[in-house]
Amino acid sequence: MNFDFSDEQKQLRDSARRFLEKQSPVAVVRRVLEGDEGYDKELWKGLAEMGFTGAAIPEEFGGAGLGHLELCVIAEELGRSLAPTPFSSSIYLAAEFLMAAGSEEQKAKYLPKLASGEWIGTFAFAEGVGEVTPDRIASGASQGKLSGTKVPVPDGEIADFAVVAANTGGSGVRSVSLFLVDLSGAGVTRTPVKTIDPSRKHARIAFDGAAAEPLGAAGEGWSILTNVLDRAAVLTAFEQVGGSDRALEMARDYALERIAFGRQIGSFQAIKHILADMYVSATLARSNCYWGAYALSTGSAELPEAAATARVSATQAFQHCSTNNIQVHGGMGFTWQFDCHLYYKRSNLLALNLGSLSQWENKLIERMRAGNSAKDAA
Amino acid sequence: MNFDDTPQEAAFRAEAKSWIAANAPKALEPELKTSGFGGLYLGSVDPMQAAKAWQKKKAAAGWACLHWPKDYGGRGASPIERVIWGQEEGLYAKLSAPFTIGHGMCGPTVMAFASEDQKRERLPPLASGEEIWCQLFSEPAAGSDLAGLRTRAEKDGDDWVVNGQKIWTSGAQHSDWGLLLTRTDPSVAKHKGLTMFFLNMRSPGVEVRPIRQMNDQRTFNEVFFENVRIPDAQRLGAVGQGWQVSLTTLMNERLSIGSGMPTGFPDLFELACQLETPDGPAVDDPAVRAKLADWAVKASGLRFTAFRALSALSKGETPGPENSIGKLVAGSMMQDIAKFALDLEGHAGLLTDPDDAPALAKFQTMLLRSPATRIEGGSDEILRNIIAERVLGLPPDIRVDKDVAFNAIPTGGR
Ligand SMILES: Cc1cc2nc3c(=O)[nH]c(=O)nc-3n(C[C@H](O)[C@H](O)[C@H](O)COP(=O)(O)OP(=O)(O)OC[C@H]3O[C@@H](n4cnc5c(N)ncnc54)[C@H](O)[C@@H]3O)c2cc1C
Repeated sequence: MNFDFSDEQKQLRDSARRFLEKQSPVAVVRRVLEGDEGYDKELWKGLAEMGFTGAAIPEEFGGAGLGHLELCVIAEELGRSLAPTPFSSSIYLAAEFLMAAGSEEQKAKYLPKLASGEWIGTFAFAEGVGEVTPDRIASGASQGKLSGTKVPVPDGEIADFAVVAANTGGSGVRSVSLFLVDLSGAGVTRTPVKTIDPSRKHARIAFDGAAAEPLGAAGEGWSILTNVLDRAAVLTAFEQVGGSDRALEMARDYALERIAFGRQIGSFQAIKHILADMYVSATLARSNCYWGAYALSTGSAELPEAAATARVSATQAFQHCSTNNIQVHGGMGFTWQFDCHLYYKRSNLLALNLGSLSQWENKLIERMRAGNSAKDAA
Repeated sequence: MNFDDTPQEAAFRAEAKSWIAANAPKALEPELKTSGFGGLYLGSVDPMQAAKAWQKKKAAAGWACLHWPKDYGGRGASPIERVIWGQEEGLYAKLSAPFTIGHGMCGPTVMAFASEDQKRERLPPLASGEEIWCQLFSEPAAGSDLAGLRTRAEKDGDDWVVNGQKIWTSGAQHSDWGLLLTRTDPSVAKHKGLTMFFLNMRSPGVEVRPIRQMNDQRTFNEVFFENVRIPDAQRLGAVGQGWQVSLTTLMNERLSIGSGMPTGFPDLFELACQLETPDGPAVDDPAVRAKLADWAVKASGLRFTAFRALSALSKGETPGPENSIGKLVAGSMMQDIAKFALDLEGHAGLLTDPDDAPALAKFQTMLLRSPATRIEGGSDEILRNIIAERVLGLPPDIRVDKDVAFNAIPTGGR
């Protein structure tokens, strides 16, 4: 057993950290948060130049061909630095969709542009309130035209294209198919929407007979997207763990620095216990993420269960750590000026953007049960 | 034990009900209903104007600060009548937010310590909402450790001259008057060198700078004092007795906060009943029910704990530290409820524009405001310490600063 990243992967993590500390300091995050620009272009360019965007994309399609473990360590650093870029939409989602279901032509057309950062892709999925199910996808496509409204779409305003889930007839899981839609084409209207974390922009996209090219076989959409969401969940879980660790460090540093009643507040057991609990949840999440990374990188049949485990655990950890980080900072933690809220907002965004915690809790238990009965049958 | 109104209480309730029915600003009802905790959105109407108008109307008819004596702008009502009024006022009580600190904390302190003339002068306009008050206690280096404050007041003839800085002062930018806790003697132990005043916020040398909060509102402020002169007549309590005076304020804070803390539960319950999941309304889901039930019993526990405190109060007992429970439970509950509501809303839970988001973004507003509830007016940790030490009698933390002269306490370079 060697349940750890390799030395090379750790070096990659260190270089990603150094790069992001320099290129994605809080000032950059705040600029996007306060501004109308959808992302930080310089940073995005740099991430591509460093080979991070293409880390898991095969060399034949313009990537670095490293693999998903490498992408995991990069994701952790992106989460830690709150990097305001479309990395998750373009790489964890769009590129994964293409790698999972794209034809050779589609891969050849899109993946090199995604690897180089030249194009930004996203996934247009949710339409209304509550859990997205096959029957709740009202957007429809036929004869190469797609119509319907998707909201909120991450990076919807800046993306060049989107993978769109649409109904292609009937109901149930077989009713959903996936399409590639050029977002600069006719029949696409995008409007920005405000969200709880303005450092990551979202949009409403209305499709009205937009030209749509099938991605994967008709009726296979739900099964493809379920798999891709699992993959993205592992990568996002690393972001969440990176964010948890940073929130914990901030809280610890403040607990050492702040004096009340003539002593460091970190000397109060109440504060020590808060910090220790943060450490515990971040550590459990990290360990679960390692399992997810293993399953993701080996194409293991355990992926659905491992991904849900990582997702639930990392979502809890990041929300827990970002919330308590504010608490330890007292009144300062509630100000705009201190950075605590940036992590609080990001943690609550990441808790919802691939489907909510309770949906993933359900998936986890479903999958554990399915796994058990498969074992019994064997 | 009896929840029913006595005949007098029933008569009082009927009177309150009919007055409210005839006078409340009904046009605001829809907005008030959807205004989330942490923000009052009244469409085209300015919330402060609406608040002042309602308060003035209530005062003119004797429904403002009911439990205050009539001479000071109140009605001389009993604590129970005050609760009955609150139940009947319902939604419209949300309009009282700008007056909470003045009515709940500053007023009672003035009532306990000011001269008769001052009370007759200052309290009626406070009750009627014409004048707004703020609480100038916390400082950059003195929040939980309030007695560590440094704003200096020095005697000069019949005046005191104040220099220093307060922070987190809610509503200072709208306030006419402030309740100010200062240090008058740094050479004695920290709790002993404090003195309380009230001052006109328009006094020369007072500067108010709003602070931007994480929810992008600016309700609290920094307040700077540069050679601000306060007449000695505006001192509340004896010189050096400021800590004891502040305990009156804080005890009333407990009462006013503790009895009516919103938890978000009724709002969540409504959402769960309305929100359709793929398998029917969310409230049908056993997992949702388990959470709802957990919060339901907490909410009702708080409500009845407040009732018990009121019953004690109406028998002449003073509210004690056990009332710390209210904010301790309600604060984190509201935060958890907001998170769970967003969870139920799924991807749409991300949206914050009232036009896009479910329930007019009520829960998103709550999510971004609720962290403050666990900090303001005594953090969760401080409240737990109070319960452990003052209710349960556990030994206090070892204090390095208690019997040391204030100017000899370690400060970590601040
Ligand atoms: C929205 C809002 C409105 C406010 N309005 C007002 C107002 O109108 N007027 C006013 O005077 N003040 C106001 N306050 C200030 C508020 O009372 C203080 O923020 C609060 O008392 C905490 O103080 P602090 O911010 O200095 O945090 P600190 O005291 O520095 O606390 C930091 C952390 O240390 C913990 N801690 C401190 N001491 C101990 C201990 N002995 N044991 C265990 N843990 C400890 C705290 O719980 C917290 O987690 C407001 C605050 C907020 C957030």
